[in-house]
Amino acid sequence: MSGAGEAPVVRERALELLRGMLRIRQFEDRCAQLYGEQKIRGFLHLYNGQEAVATGVMECLGPEDSIVATYREHGHAIARGIPMTTLMAEMYGKREGVSRGRGGSMHLFDAATRFYGGNAIVAGGLPMAVGLALANRLARRSGIAVCFFGEGAAAEGEFHESLNLAALWHLPVLFVCENNLYAMGTALARSQATTDIAVRARTYTLEAQAVDGMDVLAVAAATRRAVASLRAGGGPVLLECRTYRFRAHSMFDAQLYREREEVEAWRERGPLISFTRRIKAAGLITEDDFQRLQAEAEAEVDAAVVFAESGEWEPVEDLGRFVYAETGA
Amino acid sequence: MNMIQALNSALDLMLERDSAVVVMGEDVGYYGGVFRVTDGLQRKYGEHRVLDTPIAEGGIVATAIGMAVNGLKPVAEVQFADYIYPAYDQIVSELARLRYRSAGEFTAPVTIRTPCGGGIRGGQTHSQSPEAIFAHVSGLKVVMPSNPCDAKGLLIAAIEAPDPVIFFEPKRLYNGPFDGDPDKPAVPWSTHPKGEVPDAYYRVPLGKAEVVRQGEQITLVTYGTMVHVCEAAARRLGLDAEIIDVRSMVPLDIETIAASVQRTGRCVVAHEATRFAGFGAELSASIQEHCFWSLEAPIQRVAGWDTPYPHAFEWEYFPGQVRVMRALEAAMEAQ
Ligand SMILES: Cc1ncc(C[n+]2csc(CCOP(=O)(O)OP(=O)(O)O)c2C)c(N)n1
Repeated sequence: MSGAGEAPVVRERALELLRGMLRIRQFEDRCAQLYGEQKIRGFLHLYNGQEAVATGVMECLGPEDSIVATYREHGHAIARGIPMTTLMAEMYGKREGVSRGRGGSMHLFDAATRFYGGNAIVAGGLPMAVGLALANRLARRSGIAVCFFGEGAAAEGEFHESLNLAALWHLPVLFVCENNLYAMGTALARSQATTDIAVRARTYTLEAQAVDGMDVLAVAAATRRAVASLRAGGGPVLLECRTYRFRAHSMFDAQLYREREEVEAWRERGPLISFTRRIKAAGLITEDDFQRLQAEAEAEVDAAVVFAESGEWEPVEDLGRFVYAETGA
Repeated sequence: MNMIQALNSALDLMLERDSAVVVMGEDVGYYGGVFRVTDGLQRKYGEHRVLDTPIAEGGIVATAIGMAVNGLKPVAEVQFADYIYPAYDQIVSELARLRYRSAGEFTAPVTIRTPCGGGIRGGQTHSQSPEAIFAHVSGLKVVMPSNPCDAKGLLIAAIEAPDPVIFFEPKRLYNGPFDGDPDKPAVPWSTHPKGEVPDAYYRVPLGKAEVVRQGEQITLVTYGTMVHVCEAAARRLGLDAEIIDVRSMVPLDIETIAASVQRTGRCVVAHEATRFAGFGAELSASIQEHCFWSLEAPIQRVAGWDTPYPHAFEWEYFPGQVRVMRALEAAMEAQ
């Protein structure tokens, strides 16, 4: 199993990719359950259905690269390697969480992995990715900046300003548009003149390509090519990953804007189902392997919940910290 | 009616009465709005009167300005006040100044509706109360109702106003009055006299504060969700407080407020927004200018912290009854 120029799909890699997607799915399924128990509160946007995108992209990145994501970013954070323990603690709002309980689900940050956030402002992260890339270029560092966003963001001014700047200055930015067809309750065709995001990016002279976002191998292959080009000094690239979210936009959404049949049809092509089927058929893994990965992911989530439960609340008197620098004038 | 129904009723009536009125915003049409304020309106009035827009707040407001200059009365929704900033340039540089810049030849009577405030566990980016940064801009009117009855009448007045209006809707009050105690079971608006909303057209004039409780000992000046918190706090202390719902920050009804403070001699100003340079600073300064010789104690301010709204600590940030009570006590003690 491999196409021209792609990383071969050997057993080890197949297991890694599957493990990556399973970890995200299980973490989030537990989050949904904990939300029902009111352990996790506030706004919660699940990535269920889109796991192949974060998993496929992150496989191709190195520690020197920077990530910017959205409020639907649990998957990106996990795939980037932020420990589930501190992520879950943030979901709970605990002091041990990545943002010490200040941010919650939508605002995950981690300097160690160059994860520049969750961002609840639609399109708010794109310009930062451009700046991250420019700083790398000026400092002659090899890292690229990768920015995830939904197709809804392509209507905001920041999308256009960012693509233009990145193209004009020939910056190493990988724009990853996760086109799941709906921005909250509004279908793409109801709100944007061009529903083809890649076409729009090309008008700014970006290299742009639409990819099957349900296929982790296709996402990884396209990313690998893009990253190679960016590291070799090429200009910005946009990948439009065509995908679907299986669950509601957030925890409050009656989903009156789409038909059940449509959701079911996409589910059939789900990233986990389709990849598992494929690598089993190719004889790369067995059902036992699958069960083992499931159990491992579950154990990891269990441990994360224990960690979060035993965490503490940030003392109230410390909540004024981090508005300004604590040293210097 | 709850506040959502009251606002819906105002929009419905205005779409019906005036063919120049157009409702627009993200998810407002087909979906009916994230908080359902525009529910059913597109079905009733059509896609040319209730427009679904792209996610582009700058573009929404900018387009509304052009429409308004050219004879329409757009009512634009910004889904949360936290998302109004992409439109801030258009609001400040264009919308607010068009009349002045053209020496009165052109005006843009746009109404911008936007849900504000905390209390629904929205965290940093779904809880803000940015009224002060709009009140600071000459040319804008700024309104925030505290109940369904006012919400409907004020929204109608805002749509009919010849000037742009930023219309803040405290989202914690959409479904019921809220006295600041998150542990109490939620109560619906049907339990509150201001939940009684006439079906017919009526206006609540902009620029008129309301005395929601008459009292002699101290004046509490507030608006939005904090009206209900202040009522509860004064009740708990057994104080005969006069409580004034500002309702409209711009224009400000300083006469009603000053008349009360001159009588009571004591004053607490309360809002949910951050304290520093918050609207409470303007209230406090204006009251001091008008009432200096009647004041028996320094004016106290109750506000949110000077931080973003921290996710897991909503009820610490939120200026609840206890913080209001402390301020009332301080204002009562001082000589
Ligand atoms: C500037 C801004 N405007 C509006 C919103 C409200 N909002 C939150 S998510 C969303 C839909 C975004 O859709 P898309 O970009 O396609 O991402 P998806 O949710 O599908 O992952 C909207 C309108 C926001 N968060 N920020």
